Amino acid sequence: MQRIVIFGATSGIAEASAREFAKAGASFFLVARNAVALDDLGADLKVRGAASVQMRVADLSEVENLPALCREAGIALGGIDVALIAHGVLPDQEACLASCRKALETLQVNAVSPAVLMLEIAGYLTQQGHGHLVILSSVAGDRGRPSNYVYGASKALLSVLGEGMALSLASKGIKVLVVKPGFVDTKMTAAFKKGALWASAADVGRAIVGAVESGKTGVLYTPRWWQLIMLIIKHAPGFIVRRI
Amino acid sequence: MRVETDIARASWGNYPAESQRLTLLRDRHAPLPLEGDESVLPYGQGRSYGDSCLNTGGLLLGTQALDRFIYFDDATGVLTCEAGVTLAAIIDLALPRGWFLPVTPGTKFVSLGGAIANDVHGKNHHREGTLGAHVISFELLTSDGARRLCSPSENAEVFAATIGGLGLTGLVTSATIQLKRVASAFLSGRSIKFGNLDEFFSLSETFVGSHEYTVSWIDCLSAGDALGRGIFMCANQATADEVAAAGAKAGRHLPLTVPIMPPLSLVNQLTLKPFNWAYYHRQYTSDVARLWHYNSFHYPLDAIANWNRIYGPKGLLQYQCVVPRADQQAVSRALLAEISRSGQGSFLVVFKTFGARASPGLLSFPMEGATLALDFPIRGLSTFALLDRLDAIVVEAGGRIYPAKDARMSGETFQRGYPRLSEFLPFIDPRFSSAFERRVMRK
Repeated sequence: MQRIVIFGATSGIAEASAREFAKAGASFFLVARNAVALDDLGADLKVRGAASVQMRVADLSEVENLPALCREAGIALGGIDVALIAHGVLPDQEACLASCRKALETLQVNAVSPAVLMLEIAGYLTQQGHGHLVILSSVAGDRGRPSNYVYGASKALLSVLGEGMALSLASKGIKVLVVKPGFVDTKMTAAFKKGALWASAADVGRAIVGAVESGKTGVLYTPRWWQLIMLIIKHAPGFIVRRI
Repeated sequence: MRVETDIARASWGNYPAESQRLTLLRDRHAPLPLEGDESVLPYGQGRSYGDSCLNTGGLLLGTQALDRFIYFDDATGVLTCEAGVTLAAIIDLALPRGWFLPVTPGTKFVSLGGAIANDVHGKNHHREGTLGAHVISFELLTSDGARRLCSPSENAEVFAATIGGLGLTGLVTSATIQLKRVASAFLSGRSIKFGNLDEFFSLSETFVGSHEYTVSWIDCLSAGDALGRGIFMCANQATADEVAAAGAKAGRHLPLTVPIMPPLSLVNQLTLKPFNWAYYHRQYTSDVARLWHYNSFHYPLDAIANWNRIYGPKGLLQYQCVVPRADQQAVSRALLAEISRSGQGSFLVVFKTFGARASPGLLSFPMEGATLALDFPIRGLSTFALLDRLDAIVVEAGGRIYPAKDARMSGETFQRGYPRLSEFLPFIDPRFSSAFERRVMRK
C-alpha cells in the first residue's frame, strides 16, 4: 500500500492521478486551498478504493509554512512513498507584464513554492532512504514563447531543479520525476479552444501513475509525442517560434 | 467567468446537426451559470439520438466533469455520485465488489443524470421496471437557486416530474441509487431462433417468468409467412459455478472504432439484405445454450466506438415505440409489415415485451406491451413519411414514441402518447428548455 502526499490535490491532473492511485488502495494526505473541493475529492477517492484519506487546507503560496506542512504529512502517513507536487496557476501574461507584483505572485505560486516543497521533500525522502518525488512541470518550460513566457519561466525553474535532483539523488535511492504534460483539458485551460493536440486529464493521470509504478526517474513527456514536438521547438529559430 | 464552446452534431443521431453552445459545469455546489437570458439544458454524454439533448439558440450545461463518487456502501449496494458519472464508471467501480446496475440501457456510455432524465429501461424491464424505480433520491438545483432533495417520499411530485423529465425540471447534481447483487460478470441463458412474430410472442410468454433478461433481434426485411423472424435471447445472471464450469473469461475486446464519417450511409439496400440474412442464418441450430460476458450481452454496440458514423453525414433516425399489451400482436405485425414494405431499416432491430411494473415518472416511456426499436438512415422525405405512418399506427393503438430516440414526431403524436403531460408542464423550470420541448410540448 502506497502512502501518497499531494500538494495542489484538486488540480485536474492531480485529481486524475489520485484516482488511479486510489484504485490500488493507496493512503493519501491531500493538500489544497479550497476546502469544499478537497472534501469532494477525498470522498471520491475513498469510494474508489483509497485505504485512508487525510485532508489539509493550506495556501501553498505561504512558503514559510511549507517545511512544517511536509513534516505534518510525513507524520500523518507514517512515511512518504510518493510525493506529487501539482499546484500552479496559468496567469494572464498581459496582466503579469503590466504589473510587476502580479508577475512576482505568479512566480511565487508556480516556482518558489513548489521549489521549496521539492527541497523539503527531497530532504525528508533522503532521511527515510526511499521515495518517489513527482513534480508537475510543463512543456511550456522548455522554451520561452511570446504568449506564455512568465508561466514558462516558472515551469523551467521546476524542470531544471527536478532534473538535477533526479541525477544527484539516484545514488541515495530517491527517484525524482519531472512530468511535462502538453495541452491538457482541465479547469486551468477551460478557456482555450481544444484541438487534436489536446489530451484528457485522465490520460495524463494514467501516464503519471504508470511511470511511478515502473520507477521512472528523469523527465516524462505526456502524451509521449510531445518529446518530439519539443525537440523541434527547442531547436527552431526565433522567427518561427515567434509565430506559435 | 463562464467559458463556452461550440459543438456540432451534439446528439447521437447526428440529426439535427445545428451547432450548440455548451458550458462545462465543474462544481456541483456552484450556482447555475445563468448570467445570460437564454434558456439552459443539462447535457451529459450526448447519447440521446434526437433533439431532446439539444437546445439550439440556448445553452447546454455540460455535466461530464461532475464525475465524482460521493458514497458507496459495499454491504448494501447503495451508491451516491455526481450526475455526470457514467454507467461505465459505475460498473468499473461496483462489479469487482459484486454489484451491478439494477437496470441498464443498451449503452453504458451515458451519464447517470441522463439515465434518470430519460428514465431508461433495459432487457429486464418485465422484472425490474425502469431505472427510476431504483433511484433512492437525488438533489435538484433549480434556477431560483433552490436545492431540493427529491425521493418517492420527499418532494415526491418533483421526483415524479424529474424521472423521465428530459432535464427540463432543473439540474440533477447528484443521485443515490440502489445497485443489484451479482455473482459474476456473466449471464447464462439461451439463444432461440423464431420464424415469425407469433413464435416470438409465445417464446416471450414462456421465458419472461424464468429469465430476468429477454430481448430479440428481428430481420426487418422479412415478409409474408416469415414476417418478424428473428433470434430470441434470454438470460439470468450467471453464478460463479456456471462461469467456472465454462472456464469463461472476459474477452479482450479490440479497440474498434469508425474513425471517420463516410460520405454516404453504409447502411443501404446493398448491405441491409445480406446482413440480415447472414445474421439470421449464422446460428445453425434453433436453440443454443449460451454464456455471455455482460459487455457482449448488454452493450454489443459499445464495442465499436462512434458506430453512429456508419450512417454518414445525413445522420440517422432511431425509432422506438411501445404498443399496449392488449393488441400487441396485431399492431406489431402492422408496424413490421409497413417497415418491410418500405425496404428501409437497419441491421439491428430490437424487439421485446415490457412488463406491468409502473414507471415512476410522469413522462416515463415504458408501458406494459411490446416495444420495437430500430435505426433508419436518413434518405430524405421518404424516411420521414414512413415514420409518420408508423406513428399513426402506434398512436391509434394507444402507444407512444420514446423521446430519447426522437427528432421528428409531431406535437400531436407526443401529446396523445403522454396523457400526463399536463401534470408535468408546471414542473418545467422557467429557465430550462430543449429543442424537443419547444417542438412537441407546446400547443
